[in-house]
Amino acid sequence: MNELMLKWLAMLAPAAEGAAQLDKMMSLIHWLMLVLGVGWSIFFVWALIRFRQKKNPKANYYGVQHKGSTYIEIGVIVAEAILLVGFAFPIWAKVVDSFPPKEGALKINIVAEQFAWNFQYPGEDGIFGKKDAKFIDRENPLGLDPEDPNGKDDIITLNQMTIPNNKPVVCYLSSKDVIHNFGVYQFRVKQDATPGMTIPLWFEPTKEGSYEVVCSQLCGIGHYRMRGFVNVVSDKKFEEWKQEQLEEANNDDGW
Amino acid sequence: MSVEDHNELGFWRKYIFSTDHKVIGVQYALTSFFFLLVGFSLVLMMRWQLAYPGQPMPFEFLSKIFPAGLPGGVMVPEFYNSLGAMHGTIMVFLGIVPLAFGAFGNFVVPLQIGAPDMAFPKLNAASYWAFFLGGIVMLISFWVPGGAANSGWTSYPPLANIATTGQTWWLCGMVLLITSSLLGSVNFIATIIQLRAKGMTYMRLPFFVWAQLVTAFLLLLAFPPLEAAGVMQLMDRLFDTSFFMPSGLIVSGEAVDVSGGGSPLLWQHLFWFLAHPEVYVLILPGMGIVAEVIANNTRKPLWGYKSLVYSVLFLGFLSFFVWAHHMYMTGMGTVISAFFQTTTMIISVPSVIILTCLFISLWGGSIRFNTPMLFALGFLPMFGIGGLTGLPLGFNATDLYLHDTYYVIGHFHYVVAPGTIFALFAGVYYWFPKVTGKMMNEMLGKIHFWASMIFMNGVFMPMFIQGLGGVNRRLYDGGLQYAQNEPVLHWNVFMTTSAICLGFAQIPFLINLIATLCKKKRVESDNPWEATTLEWATPTPPPHGNFLTEPVIYRGPYEYSVPGAKKDFTPQFEPDEESK
Repeated sequence: MNELMLKWLAMLAPAAEGAAQLDKMMSLIHWLMLVLGVGWSIFFVWALIRFRQKKNPKANYYGVQHKGSTYIEIGVIVAEAILLVGFAFPIWAKVVDSFPPKEGALKINIVAEQFAWNFQYPGEDGIFGKKDAKFIDRENPLGLDPEDPNGKDDIITLNQMTIPNNKPVVCYLSSKDVIHNFGVYQFRVKQDATPGMTIPLWFEPTKEGSYEVVCSQLCGIGHYRMRGFVNVVSDKKFEEWKQEQLEEANNDDGW
Repeated sequence: MSVEDHNELGFWRKYIFSTDHKVIGVQYALTSFFFLLVGFSLVLMMRWQLAYPGQPMPFEFLSKIFPAGLPGGVMVPEFYNSLGAMHGTIMVFLGIVPLAFGAFGNFVVPLQIGAPDMAFPKLNAASYWAFFLGGIVMLISFWVPGGAANSGWTSYPPLANIATTGQTWWLCGMVLLITSSLLGSVNFIATIIQLRAKGMTYMRLPFFVWAQLVTAFLLLLAFPPLEAAGVMQLMDRLFDTSFFMPSGLIVSGEAVDVSGGGSPLLWQHLFWFLAHPEVYVLILPGMGIVAEVIANNTRKPLWGYKSLVYSVLFLGFLSFFVWAHHMYMTGMGTVISAFFQTTTMIISVPSVIILTCLFISLWGGSIRFNTPMLFALGFLPMFGIGGLTGLPLGFNATDLYLHDTYYVIGHFHYVVAPGTIFALFAGVYYWFPKVTGKMMNEMLGKIHFWASMIFMNGVFMPMFIQGLGGVNRRLYDGGLQYAQNEPVLHWNVFMTTSAICLGFAQIPFLINLIATLCKKKRVESDNPWEATTLEWATPTPPPHGNFLTEPVIYRGPYEYSVPGAKKDFTPQFEPDEESK
């Protein structure tokens, strides 16, 4: 049943921990919608045919006498209550709100701006370099403090986020200018990036590949092309990539 | 007040600066139909760009009208964003609300309750003219430097705060439109509570009047926060305040020179505190019209009149507690989102009850399939689809995937376009003989209905497919940028073609309108549909002052096919001895 509905819905294939739970709920709701829609439609068409004026010239003042509709309404209420308590609350609490333990997770700062995604990795020391708006210029889009030793080994990338497979990632999302939204459909992740706030989000990819980051909040004339990529690679490839980036960061005397 | 008190007036006082609720109603209708057409034209341009991104518009004159937005006929992204923002604004605030509330409410409510006019006729005129001015301001804004507002109809700051001048015009226009709605709403409330005719108790009010009463309360209580928020945004833009501007903003590499410390989220709360009740403002009058037409054309009482009334009251009350379900993606925690999901599910219950009552009302009827009835019946499944697709959006876990996709666009358009607009067409065909004394052509009406029905679904049904396929809304190129959208993008051509055909489908309506107005033949009866409610007791068209004698109400609104009665309708205004 579940698979059948998901096949009909044809959503983008999930590639993260917890996505299956969200998809199961999506399938259940659409089954409920289908049952209600088909039921109502049958009643509707039947009533129109049976009670057309030609067939039924004299209307019945009292109409339906039994309480069948009350049971249907109670049924809808029960179904919604089950979806709420049994699915929506626990899924949100688990998939969105329960962050993985800090030690095991890869931490990344995401800074959105018109119309690009900046990613900041803390480097070998695991500590993000301090940032301040006053340091922002073309060479230093995030405003890293050049005096801060923790920032020396930070990796900064533009529109490309590379992460290892099967490892939880905790992102700290913020924006420099207007509201953006970090959306990755395959991870079932969508989170507003609101200026003035830093909002955490997490996910754990389960499938290697390259996934598109879609800005999901109107952010200006370039909104439609504010695209990024999340590249999910093997542990080995991730380490190689990281070393490459670290060398680059160390050779760069800019900060 | 008797008829003699109403002197004949000159042309200007009678038709332009009138205080007669019927003339103002017709003014509202004509103006809002004009704006519906404008809003539809805007979306046709958008749909062209979505189906054929970057290709010049098929009509050269368009680039003459919008030289900055369509250089050489090719749309620029700023203009696409303007069209999006203005399509929403115009359809909601200048099309549907004034038509459903201003036009139908104004014309029909005083007649249905047996009042000679609205409680405050001059306030009524002021309300129309504020609306008219608001509309002019919105239209002019297309030609100010930078074009019309381009930050979405939702105008989220900081984007809206740093946007071009059009946003300032938008805010000024909104202040006028909100003022108009507030003036209208107090007038409706006073009229319905104070001016009911003798015997018109609350439980004898037609459902349409109940729907308008709840709508008036929604407008009265929901609009002031948005008016305040609009003025705050205006001050942010013009006087460098920082209500919605946080500290440390860097736009295009430059620090923004504002004091900061404000909150962009504050705007979203204030906006949606209006804009969710606004959804019910868009739908309730439509439900009211559908209820009237269904009772009349099934020739039997509405099933569950009391349930309908209590549901609509409950719906109105609860609509103030669901607003943050538009904001699940702002970083809302489990507890707060649990609250708003629960209220959202609870509010679906009265909607289900209303729809169920209308469906069950068909059972046992003797159904006449005339044009108003077709549109009213069409409303039911269309609103049903709109309501059902609201379910996965109301749960935050499933909204996570669907938020900001075309699924959302499909959902609310099913509620408002084939939903409310069909209901409004039902109302136009139903009350046209009362307004003008002439009956619209049935054949043209039926062509209008079936063509609209087919193409409405052609436009909106594929949106669910695209939304589930992960295509986002508000994208200038319709999602071409994203490789993952490729499998479902071909629907854009289908939807655009359907939208163009939907435009052609309105031609029979226009012909019908003009031909009916031109024809000589008048309706023979003041009550051509053999209806039971009070508006049909007036002469046709109703004179200034409405009723020839003071009406008295003897019974409930939908006494059709009463056992033992002579005819199959027993009007509210007929004394008992006549009907037996």
